[in-house]
Amino acid sequence: MTATAPPALALLPPADDALVLSHRLGEWAGHAPVLEEEVALANIALDLLGQARALYAELRDELGSEDEIAYLREERAFRNCQLVEQPNEDFAHTIVRQLYFSAYQLPLHHRLASCVPVAAKAAQETAYHLDHAEQWTLRLGDGTEESHARMQRAADALWRYTGELFEPIEGLDIDWHGLRAEWSGTLTDVFGRAGLTVPDGPGTGAWSAGAGRQGLHTEPFGRMLAEMQHLHRSHPGASW
Amino acid sequence: MASATSPPREREAGSGAGPARAGAPPEKSEQEFQADFDAAVAADERIEPRDWMPDAYRATLVRQIAQHAHSEIIGMQPEANWITRAPSLRRKAILMAKVQDEAGHGLYLYGAAETLGADREELLDKLHSGRQKYSSIFNYPTLTWADVGAIGWLVDGAAITNQVPLCRCSYGPYARAMVRVCKEESFHQRQGYELLLALSRGTPAQRAMAQDAVDRWWWPSLMMFGPPDEASSHSARSMAWKIKRHSNDELRQRFVDICVPQAESLGLTLPDPELTWNAERGHWDFGPIDWQEFQEILKGNGPCNAQRLEQRRRAHDDGAWVREAAAAHAAKQRSRPVEPPAHQERQPAGAHTAAPRAARSGDR
Ligand SMILES: [Fe+2]
Ligand SMILES: [Fe+2]
Repeated sequence: MTATAPPALALLPPADDALVLSHRLGEWAGHAPVLEEEVALANIALDLLGQARALYAELRDELGSEDEIAYLREERAFRNCQLVEQPNEDFAHTIVRQLYFSAYQLPLHHRLASCVPVAAKAAQETAYHLDHAEQWTLRLGDGTEESHARMQRAADALWRYTGELFEPIEGLDIDWHGLRAEWSGTLTDVFGRAGLTVPDGPGTGAWSAGAGRQGLHTEPFGRMLAEMQHLHRSHPGASW
Repeated sequence: MASATSPPREREAGSGAGPARAGAPPEKSEQEFQADFDAAVAADERIEPRDWMPDAYRATLVRQIAQHAHSEIIGMQPEANWITRAPSLRRKAILMAKVQDEAGHGLYLYGAAETLGADREELLDKLHSGRQKYSSIFNYPTLTWADVGAIGWLVDGAAITNQVPLCRCSYGPYARAMVRVCKEESFHQRQGYELLLALSRGTPAQRAMAQDAVDRWWWPSLMMFGPPDEASSHSARSMAWKIKRHSNDELRQRFVDICVPQAESLGLTLPDPELTWNAERGHWDFGPIDWQEFQEILKGNGPCNAQRLEQRRRAHDDGAWVREAAAAHAAKQRSRPVEPPAHQERQPAGAHTAAPRAARSGDR
């Protein structure tokens, strides 16, 4: 664990993770399976957006204002992992994506809490996100044959994007092996209780190893950014 | 509009704890209950779920609250349309929080309807099958970013004008829900105003966008108060029951009087050449409303009627497997022996879906 603050640019990957996942969750508005989930998914989206903005504020000297960072970078400059940019698909994919990510983000925030104030505050929010994903994993894994099958399909499909989470981020001097072990422990426990099988094989496909962190993204991400950035870019220099 | 007459269970739920106010002797006659009810309403007392109430009062409330709840959730759509394109992170956070608030309003209101014996699933079914309505205002499209501001300023503004008197409605749970709702709607109204102000003071293109949005939303928002008093069918009885406290035309006038000076501060023009101050009346006179358009939209011929309902149905249908799974899991949990203690630490707090947490502090 670091005692001194990491270099600001080391915070870009976690900041982009939060921004991108927040955007994906925002796409659920008006489409959720129950009204309570309209509220819950928006809560998580808002927390993540808040985290992204707080982290971008730390990057002001290097990269400019939060809107310049979010709206004026090209796809190749984003450092988020590929997991968070994956499309929502059905509710099962959204829940599994959240479970994989929050189970990673929580121990990451715990490790950064002593040197990054934003992470300390975010840890409480992340614990709630993990709990939400876990409860739904238990319900859907156990509920009906269909929900079980959908969850297992989502778990398998998204598995290949998880290995990248543990590629060390330059400048974040933390115990990455311990982080991975904690993540695996959480998943094994939750999937076990949900009657789901932890997917086999490496968590990283041949074409995605460390890719998002290096600015190599999947095709849906470009369309996501096009939508997100279009209005801002159409009015150069305008303030909103 | 299709009426939301009471399904049989409404009577049951309403009389669940005895048909009268607490402690009343069971041999009271119908007339005596009616007299108690009338006296309570006349004295501005609140009617609570366990109190006796006339069937027609209950049915009117269920219909009105359900329509209000439906409006909250359909109303999420036109604004959610801009979440993914919000032009700054600050605006994006405000908009997501607003759309979330509307979902929360839907929850409070379906909850209030359930205190009258209605059931959320059944009410949603009536919405989806077109037997119950939602506010026609949401059948207009949001074409530009400025529409988000115009909706906040005008549509939430009109909703507040309509709903502030409902905070004193005779039915307790509805009145209390309205207190919470109105507090949040006034945030929305201010945020909408502030969004338009930023555009109005921005580039020529932004300014034009703001004016165009106000041009399109002004007349529909005046129609939100319903038909003119002489054509309004339910009004008189609802006034007597203190469900409604002011007439449609009174509220519409109040709204116009509030908006005219605000439009001026915004530097935007309201699209009505007949708007003039009438010193004698102490109110702004305004031009005639196109009730033909209103009737057409009510009949389902608005630009977005089909689209809004279709999206709502699709979300509901796509979510069916999720709701079924949650119910199946809950049923299995009930029939299972208690989990071993080793797991208890990570057990979910309750078998309910995530509830709204305490209000967020950011950006309001
Ligand atoms: Fe609302
Ligand atoms: Fe609102």
